[in-house]
Amino acid sequence: MNFDYLIDHRDEVLRLTWEHIQLCALAIALALVFAIPLGVLITAYPRLRVSTLVILGAIYTIPSLAFLAFLIPPVGLGRQPAVIVLAAYAQLALVRNFQAGLSGVDPNALEASYGVGMTAWQSLTRVRLPLALPVLIAGMRIAIVSTISLATVTAWINAGGLGSLLFDGIAFNRPSMILAGTVAISALALGVDLLLRLVERMTPASRALHQART
Amino acid sequence: MNKLDGQHNPPVNAIEYDRVSKTYPNGSRSAVSDLSLTVERGKFVVLLGPSGCGKTTLLKMTNRLIEPNSGTIRVDGIDIMSVPAPELRRRIGYVIQQTGLFPHMRVEDNIAVVPKLLGWDKRRTSARIDELLHLVGLPPDAYRRRYPAQLSGGEQQRVGLARALAVNPDTMLMDEPFGALDAITRSKLQLELRRIHQELGQTIVFVTHDIDEAVRLADDIVIMRGGRIVQAGDPLEIVTDPVDEFVSDLVGASDALRRLSLIEARTIATPVHAGELPPLEMRPETIDVRAALGVMLGRGLERIALTGEDGDVTGILELDAVRTVARTHPIEATV
Amino acid sequence: MDLIRGAIDYIQENQERFLDALTVHVRLSVYALLLGILIFVPLGILASRWSGGPALVGIVSAARVVPSISVLFLLYPYRREIGQIAPFWDRNFTLALIALTLLAGPPLIINTDAALRGVAPSVLENAEGLGMTGSQVFTRVQFPLALPVITAGVRTAAVEVIASATFAAFIGVGTLGRFITSGLTLYDFSLLLVGAIPVTLLALGAEVSLAGLERLVAHPA
Ligand SMILES: Nc1ncnc2c1ncn2[C@@H]1O[C@H](COP(=O)(O)OP(=O)(O)OP(=O)(O)O)[C@@H](O)[C@H]1O
Ligand SMILES: [Mg+2]
Repeated sequence: MNFDYLIDHRDEVLRLTWEHIQLCALAIALALVFAIPLGVLITAYPRLRVSTLVILGAIYTIPSLAFLAFLIPPVGLGRQPAVIVLAAYAQLALVRNFQAGLSGVDPNALEASYGVGMTAWQSLTRVRLPLALPVLIAGMRIAIVSTISLATVTAWINAGGLGSLLFDGIAFNRPSMILAGTVAISALALGVDLLLRLVERMTPASRALHQART
Repeated sequence: MNKLDGQHNPPVNAIEYDRVSKTYPNGSRSAVSDLSLTVERGKFVVLLGPSGCGKTTLLKMTNRLIEPNSGTIRVDGIDIMSVPAPELRRRIGYVIQQTGLFPHMRVEDNIAVVPKLLGWDKRRTSARIDELLHLVGLPPDAYRRRYPAQLSGGEQQRVGLARALAVNPDTMLMDEPFGALDAITRSKLQLELRRIHQELGQTIVFVTHDIDEAVRLADDIVIMRGGRIVQAGDPLEIVTDPVDEFVSDLVGASDALRRLSLIEARTIATPVHAGELPPLEMRPETIDVRAALGVMLGRGLERIALTGEDGDVTGILELDAVRTVARTHPIEATV
Repeated sequence: MDLIRGAIDYIQENQERFLDALTVHVRLSVYALLLGILIFVPLGILASRWSGGPALVGIVSAARVVPSISVLFLLYPYRREIGQIAPFWDRNFTLALIALTLLAGPPLIINTDAALRGVAPSVLENAEGLGMTGSQVFTRVQFPLALPVITAGVRTAAVEVIASATFAAFIGVGTLGRFITSGLTLYDFSLLLVGAIPVTLLALGAEVSLAGLERLVAHPA
């Protein structure tokens, strides 16, 4: 096992990395379409929280290969079922963190926002969202990073991305392809993780906390 | 045009509560019941009472953070329900114990919140921030750019006060603003709040359950119990003449009262000016101030004469002097 | 519905095949989980008491970004060597067992470490104050208090192992995943479900029963 493939086929690895990013971006975009309203809903109606999270937890438990198998009959092969599966898995982390972030805001700050005369919209955009932002971004980070590693099996149904290096590596008995795919996926995930941690720390709420500590 | 602006001759009464009641949806009894109260313009009114008696509820109904089930509340003569809530609140300063400062905003941005909502320009806002920080005793250079988490509890309360004062509201609502502070910081802030009130002359409704704080700050004290008013009036009158056992228990532990009974009247007397006619009511100069106060309030006198052993008038005891002593906190006396 | 009908028919006609695959799947998962607990819970205990623990846990957390399939596939080139470890087993089975055991590691280490560190120092001090020895404090106070969170780690590991056991079909181990892989190869949709449904039920079953166990150790009756 060696790094030959990674070095000799840089361009191919880069192309697949880009494909991988596109696949994950699509999945996260689709995931957010559902997760944002769901997170807001269970913040507004806390009684729905437990049942919603139980259902999302159950979805998260479905083994990925089985999930793909369920989708092949109705949706077929390719990117589409992959995006659906990845978006479904991302729900748990996204919704849980959105709810935690939105309802974790100091109630005194919220009361004060109304007390000084903000409208509901102003209170949301100037106080609640900025204060929840670090947790919201943390939820996105966890979801995105795990999507990047999960988007490997999906190559099996021709969704493309770096996972194809793994399957081709097994098919053609080329260990260095497997290594190249693994290294690229892990590096991408760790890089995105780092980047989003930085973004998280640049939010006003985190900066305020950070400054206070130093 | 804002309804609250349209007044040429503002009514004498800043706030009127007219048979106001509030029962919480899940509450068994009413938090405030059939309460009527008039707060005159420029007065410093303190709501005093045990935990759960409805002080916060009454205060929050004033700026519509809570809406009453029945009754009417008028601010500057206008029914608050006829003004959009955000607009009403921007004109009423609001300070709470937990400060409610926005943790993600610097001190300057916290103070600028209402000016921004009202669309002030940057220059005016910035100048106002400096002015306010000076007013509450925080040098702008050192404090403008800090975050709330970088302030002590007392400093946070000062910023909360500055934020509430930002657009110079005629009315201020304060809910135990100094409740979480240590005794020394608390008295300092009390002094400064009194100074600010004297300087700016707003109407203040202030909630506390500390009788000494009430005596030190109030023009009028309103004592509440179970959602109703049990006694309202001059602080000295309330401490010396409680209407019932409940009130006397509440004010019995008052420092002010204890202090007054330890002071001889002659120590705070003013000299008799030549040619001045002394008051008719006389007491020996060794009488303690508490007893002298009882006489004055009982007979409705502003001043009494003090006499020496030989029966000559040696000085005059003014009600204002008693008031000043009653309000003096030990730290003022020592500083 | 037709697909499900077809899947049931297939199972009835190929009972032995199906039971074989189910057995292999369960055996592989249970072995991997038990082996994982045996190795990684003690490692988590060490991490919680050792100054290098946080660094170790940091590395283990970062390692979670490695895709599960990668662990399996990266070992594949070494199947001959691995096969010699346990000559009485199919070498690919041994390989999958090692891979799945490794995959059980991160949740077990991370949860064990966090659970033990999460016990309030005041509680431990109190236990010492009562005259317990160091090991008594651990076995009678710290570990029992940490048990629910450790069990949660076992639950995460179990679900991970059961899911990853389906991937073992890619390297020729006859788990339930084989129905899914050949279902796609033959483009037989019923066959896909023959693998997918039981595997999903296994994962959900493990999740639910271990969640129950977690509650049990949290509130001893
Ligand atoms: N949101 C609420 N829902 C239900 N009941 C409430 C709510 N807020 C207050 N109450 C009840 O209303 C009554 C009055 O409460 P309020 O907060 O006005 O008291 P308070 O005088 O301010 O007390 P404290 O000195 O403890 O702050 C209490 O019995 C309280 O339990
Ligand atoms: Mg209160």
